Amino acid sequence: MDKTISGKTIQVNEEGYLTNFSEWDKDIALAIAMEEHIEELGPKHWKIIEYLQDQFKQEIPLSIRKIGKSGVVDIEEFYALFPQGPLKKATKIAGIPKPASCI
Amino acid sequence: MNEDNGELKKMMIILSKASLENVYAAFILANGARMEGIEAEMFFTFFGLEAVNKKKLEHLHVATVGNPAMHIPTLIGGLPGMEALATSMMKKEMEKLDMPGVHEFLDILKASGVKLWACKLAMEMFHLKKEDMYDGIGGIITVGEFYKKSSGKGTHMMFI
Repeated sequence: MDKTISGKTIQVNEEGYLTNFSEWDKDIALAIAMEEHIEELGPKHWKIIEYLQDQFKQEIPLSIRKIGKSGVVDIEEFYALFPQGPLKKATKIAGIPKPASCI
Repeated sequence: MNEDNGELKKMMIILSKASLENVYAAFILANGARMEGIEAEMFFTFFGLEAVNKKKLEHLHVATVGNPAMHIPTLIGGLPGMEALATSMMKKEMEKLDMPGVHEFLDILKASGVKLWACKLAMEMFHLKKEDMYDGIGGIITVGEFYKKSSGKGTHMMFI
């Protein structure tokens, strides 16, 4: 479905995840973050977003365990930066699909 | 249910067993709750204490006896080494799925904000002390205290 966000029209699924990563940009990320009650994206947020997008491009499935071992962020901080379901929220902001992993 | 639309806010998971399949089920449910933004607390009681007992937690086994889904005849399942064999096979499969070992899984749960509690009565029964337990255990509490922590709308409790 179409969604208009920060002045652009993008394609999202019923949960609000971008279906076409090429439509993603930083303004869209900021706008989605606001919707998810994350008021500000600091340098650490961006580093995580870049890491997630990189994994997505390499088609590597994401899990909390892998995030913890990434060297980018530890699990505790990941939960602090993206409260209330960090992997779900961070992937949404990063413009990539919601991970299907249970761990 | 009407006031909060039945929304799930907190999972209270009681683990009373130490066979690997039960321990993992409990851990995955607790971790999965946190991943969805749901709070989670775990209460380890009776044999479930082995999952947080420093000396035991890396040596948990799959149950090969009394478990029809293993499709091993009970008599054969009881032979020496069968549990170890089934366990190492299961661990290999789990590693393929990127599932952590018990200690690492506990670390992940702790870092994810899952609260871990040990049952006072069971600790006394097995003559265990706090120092015998995984460091991330938040405390040794009674059933009553666990119920108190479970109060609030949208809390669900599960016994494994």
